[in-house]
Amino acid sequence: MKRWLPSLALVAAAIGLWELVVRAADVPDYLFPAPSAVASALADDAGLLADATAVTAREMVLGYLLAVVLALALAVALHLSAVLRRAVLPLLVVSQTVPTVVFAPILAILLGYGIGPKLVVVAIVCFFPIVVNAVDGLGAADPELVRMMRTLHGTRWGLFRRVELPGALPMIFSGARVAATYAAVGAVFGEWAGSSEGLGFVMLQSQPSLDTARIFAAVVILSLLALALYGAVTLAERLLVPWRWEAAGA
Amino acid sequence: MKQAVAELRGAAGGGVSLAGVVRVLGGKPVLDGVDLEIGPHERLGIVGRSGTGKSTLLALVAGLDEPDRGVVSVCGETTATGRLARCALMPQRDCLLPWRTALDNACLALENAGMSRAQAKREAAPLFARFGLAGAEQLRPAHLSAGMRQRVAFVRTLLAGKDVLLLDEPFGALDAITRGELQEWLAGALADEPQAVLLVTHDVEEALLLCDRVAVLSGGRIAAVLDVDVARDVSDAGFVELRRRAVEAIA
Repeated sequence: MKRWLPSLALVAAAIGLWELVVRAADVPDYLFPAPSAVASALADDAGLLADATAVTAREMVLGYLLAVVLALALAVALHLSAVLRRAVLPLLVVSQTVPTVVFAPILAILLGYGIGPKLVVVAIVCFFPIVVNAVDGLGAADPELVRMMRTLHGTRWGLFRRVELPGALPMIFSGARVAATYAAVGAVFGEWAGSSEGLGFVMLQSQPSLDTARIFAAVVILSLLALALYGAVTLAERLLVPWRWEAAGA
Repeated sequence: MKQAVAELRGAAGGGVSLAGVVRVLGGKPVLDGVDLEIGPHERLGIVGRSGTGKSTLLALVAGLDEPDRGVVSVCGETTATGRLARCALMPQRDCLLPWRTALDNACLALENAGMSRAQAKREAAPLFARFGLAGAEQLRPAHLSAGMRQRVAFVRTLLAGKDVLLLDEPFGALDAITRGELQEWLAGALADEPQAVLLVTHDVEEALLLCDRVAVLSGGRIAAVLDVDVARDVSDAGFVELRRRAVEAIA
């Protein structure tokens, strides 16, 4: 808790300043709502926002899991085949220069207004950091350790599952944590491209009626969702990679 | 002719033989005609300056590398795969897996060979008591001292059940006091083991204390082979004389 205190204090100060400035300058709510207005939007539209949150949270979690599974499968394939790695890895890096969210409208045309295209957008956005970190992690095994394993009856499969994979877990989780913060963005873009529910949809609906406070309320919830997903991944890391925390003297 | 003899000797029983071994790395002959015989139960020390090809020699014996010329034979096996099946390597750094407990680390070779984790632990547990590791079984490497880690690494090497143990500067990274303790410990540990042992070190004293014979590697060749037929006591006159001869051969 003590660790978070400075950050929390900073956030509290920023919110206080925001409230003060908006009130002092008498800014209308539809232009820039004060934190208190956002808070009352959260309370007034609680039911509506709760339903939308459930939809978006589901898109984020399922899309994220899809990304993790596909990214790890590809990373293992790239790790095991040097030819594949040389062929695919550069393309993967180049693909990152394409702003992937622009595919959202195309996916909506292809896959309709259901959850499908949202999962694909979330997965596309989260995929890259996991693959790249996993490939790096799997290839980072100490060469001396690999030589030793060969003299200890080590097979390719034994090396992979006893040395390379456990050794790559910290790197894999680094990528997975970065990816977790992208999931909310992916879900909102997916909903903007075509949807009838979710927090992104609520934001679109609130725009014509100039209900800016509700848009801010949706943004607050999205941040909390991203934070929760990040926290869940960090917790999973603590459970699956306990030696790292022990070694750090935690 | 030399090669034929080496193959014959190898086939006759255990042990390691190198005949006319040349290994060129980066255009430079690191090993330039090495001839060496190690009996099936013999402990041979290999000393020399850093960069004289000691580790290259171990890699060749282990089957991790192939010579450019000459024959390396381990228990009659001259192919890399055959040699790999006969040798276990203990590297300078302990190379313990940080996510495994000490006991699970020691089980590595047994598990690689297809044994279940539970069965491997039953095999490994008695060795922990024997090698002064009782009580450390469930600790992860981060919680072990440098000396303890090296002992676990040795038990891991031993449990591979190979005919030849290759120890590459096993105590090179330890402080002087721990090093002395472990040398004594290793002498006791090896006394009961029937395997052939190749100990690579740059510490002449260490080689003389732990080995039956000491080969000096210099300029890519074996410059001298000394029988350690003196008391293993650093203050003994014979020991001092032997150390002087070894150091002379290195230079």
